[in-house]
Amino acid sequence: MNVLIVGGGKLVYFIGRTFIAKGYTVSIINRNREECSKLARRLKATVIYGEGSDLNILEEAGASTVDTVLAVTPRDEDNLIVCQLAGLRFQVPRTIAMVNDPDNEEVFRKLGVMAVSTTRILTSIIEQRTGFEEIINLMPVGEGKVNVTEIVLGEGSPVVGRLLREFELPDNSLIATIIRGDQAIVPRGGTALYRGDRLIVITVPENHAGVIRMLTGDKR
Amino acid sequence: MFNSKKMYVIVVGCGFLGSYIANRLSRHGHSVVVIDRNESAFDSLTVDFSGFHIEGDATEFITTKQAKCEKADLLIAATDNDNINLMIAQIAKKVYSVPRVLARVNDPKREEIYQNLGIKTICPASIAGEIFIDMVI
Repeated sequence: MNVLIVGGGKLVYFIGRTFIAKGYTVSIINRNREECSKLARRLKATVIYGEGSDLNILEEAGASTVDTVLAVTPRDEDNLIVCQLAGLRFQVPRTIAMVNDPDNEEVFRKLGVMAVSTTRILTSIIEQRTGFEEIINLMPVGEGKVNVTEIVLGEGSPVVGRLLREFELPDNSLIATIIRGDQAIVPRGGTALYRGDRLIVITVPENHAGVIRMLTGDKR
Repeated sequence: MFNSKKMYVIVVGCGFLGSYIANRLSRHGHSVVVIDRNESAFDSLTVDFSGFHIEGDATEFITTKQAKCEKADLLIAATDNDNINLMIAQIAKKVYSVPRVLARVNDPKREEIYQNLGIKTICPASIAGEIFIDMVI
């Protein structure tokens, strides 16, 4: 596969390095002279010094022969134009633009360019993590022989949408109460669990980790 | 060229070109909003400029939303950066359906590609170049 990357910084270096290791042919357009020298020294890639959104530079970089163009400069507008020129003038089959403004992911799509928002990817990873962090050890009872824990059922929870009797909790563990909205429900076998439910769970130290895993789906 | 009905105009970029256009349109009685990244650029607006200005990066979607782009009758992308102008022009046309959109494009090579996408472009270099040529040939 033949890939053209427009941009700079560590990102371009590591993307280039990854693709070269896979056996792809890689060319890079970068607008900083020193960075171009460095990239040319460190990578087995064709490095062109210039603006990626300049038609002459794209031509020099062989844009008409590549399968994919990746535009990963820090400026959304440059990434858009690079991808459009590559597609419209050089008929490159696949172009991908990185965007910083997450709103621009949808905007670029409307303009016919596939876009990936690094902001959105990172923030959604962080949000997924909070599912796991919403586990609070409530109080020590019975001289440490019993744990009472509050767990919020997040998106990745395997028990959401299931009835209590459908999964088997280990011995000496119990879901004592479900807080849903401003209601406190003492569950029975036929009680269903929903996303956002706050479970008050009773466990003993021996089964504690297993029960948490079963309820949150977290494999740690 | 412009009809006599009062228009809601957004001018992006308040440099020489942008401020010239904004001042004139405002004097003509149109409702003008100017967007620029730098507050100091608005110093180029005349004292009798009756419109609004927004300090912000027009490539951020939130800025065009703030300028109520969906209500614009005309948008002129007049920054000194072709890519910014072409991006904003396309957003105005395709996302906000602004009826009339003009983009300043400095590089004549890009003009054709974007004209094919239905963007009306103004290339100061070609226009001034033709005038100069006419004067000397």
